[in-house]
Amino acid sequence: MSDKSKNSPIWEVFIRSKNGLSHSHVGSIHATDNEMALQNARDVYTRRAEGVSIWVVLSSDIAASDPMNKDEMFEPGSDKIYRHPTFYDIPDEVGHM
Amino acid sequence: MYTQALNDPANKAATVAEGEEEQNVRFMARIDADEKIEPNDWMPDSYRKTLIRQISQHANSEIIGMLPEGNWNTRAPTLRRKATLLAKIQDEGGHGLYLYSAAETLGISREEMEHQLITGKARYSSIFNYPTLSWADIGTIGWLVDGAAIMNQIPLCRCSFGPYARAMVRVCKEESFHQRQGYEILLALCNGSDEQKAMAQESINRWWWPSIMMFGPHDTDSTHSDQSMAWKIKRISNDDLRQKFIDATVPQAHFLGLEIPDPDMKFNQETGHWEFGKIDWDEFKQVLAGNGPCNRERLAARTKAFEDGKWVQEAALAHAKKQAARAANKEAA
Ligand SMILES: [Fe+2]
Ligand SMILES: [Fe+2]
Repeated sequence: MSDKSKNSPIWEVFIRSKNGLSHSHVGSIHATDNEMALQNARDVYTRRAEGVSIWVVLSSDIAASDPMNKDEMFEPGSDKIYRHPTFYDIPDEVGHM
Repeated sequence: MYTQALNDPANKAATVAEGEEEQNVRFMARIDADEKIEPNDWMPDSYRKTLIRQISQHANSEIIGMLPEGNWNTRAPTLRRKATLLAKIQDEGGHGLYLYSAAETLGISREEMEHQLITGKARYSSIFNYPTLSWADIGTIGWLVDGAAIMNQIPLCRCSFGPYARAMVRVCKEESFHQRQGYEILLALCNGSDEQKAMAQESINRWWWPSIMMFGPHDTDSTHSDQSMAWKIKRISNDDLRQKFIDATVPQAHFLGLEIPDPDMKFNQETGHWEFGKIDWDEFKQVLAGNGPCNRERLAARTKAFEDGKWVQEAALAHAKKQAARAANKEAA
């Protein structure tokens, strides 16, 4: 409806919920620059100390795999059962390995 | 990922090639298997439209819902009450933003949703068109209105659309504070003077019926329900949710020593449910049609906030552009 350049862009927000864990995606916010994006992300997603670190990234800068190509993309990973430890026969006497 | 790039019509071409019908069968199989649908997955247009309508109206309700409570910010009786009310209202703003964010993954822009709200094209919950006339109303809203919202929102945590379900998990975690702060306000009033208790009763007299109307029309008259149930957007019917709410709430009213303003309300020993009187759906329709006590005031306040805030948005964008240009110049030099 309105001119795109007149609207503030969308940023995706990632939060590390506590020390030792990786950042994970929580949602998005609108902001005009890095600083505002971090402030808005803090106000919207960490009102109860839900995080110790925030990453924000412009949505338009994210490259995402296409769910339509899910099979080509991920099939090669699921048909190689020899990548899993259970593929190999080791006698019980050997013990835990 | 929530990038909108993949929601392009480019994907549509492939859809048509494969056949809408086949896609739809596969989609329904995923729904039946309780799989979550994510923003870039194929979905029927009608599923997308239904979700956009529902999520944006839900978001609008959170935003408009801040107005009746904001009315008492400056007149809260103690600093403690003021701090908790402010925190509660701030949460509602946050809920609106989680929900707009979820709706945006379906390809509608924030600006478009804002536009639909202030032009009256998109609705919000009709409960927020009632005025907050006394301090007791702040207690009643937390207890009844947030209470009803919680009943509605808990099953939405299992909704088939991933971003909506995840937003609801966040919202539900925050809601129980809202209801408890409201009930505590009423407890204080009901343990106070006769006048204070009367204020609480008067408040419930006004809010009870609009609160139970929040669950929407009876199942027999609900237009969108069947399809939404099949899509697992809706998990429990309007009437079932309403009954659950009433069963949970009536004993809480009695604990306060307050009466529910329904002479037909009685406990059925056999079913274990509270039976209630006839709902005045004409009032509901009137308020929905824009003729409630505060419809005009609410939209006017929202429009004013939008208009008055425009220059801030423009200035922030201009600043960001200038900063980016400066950085680029420095690099070039
Ligand atoms: Fe809320
Ligand atoms: Fe709430």
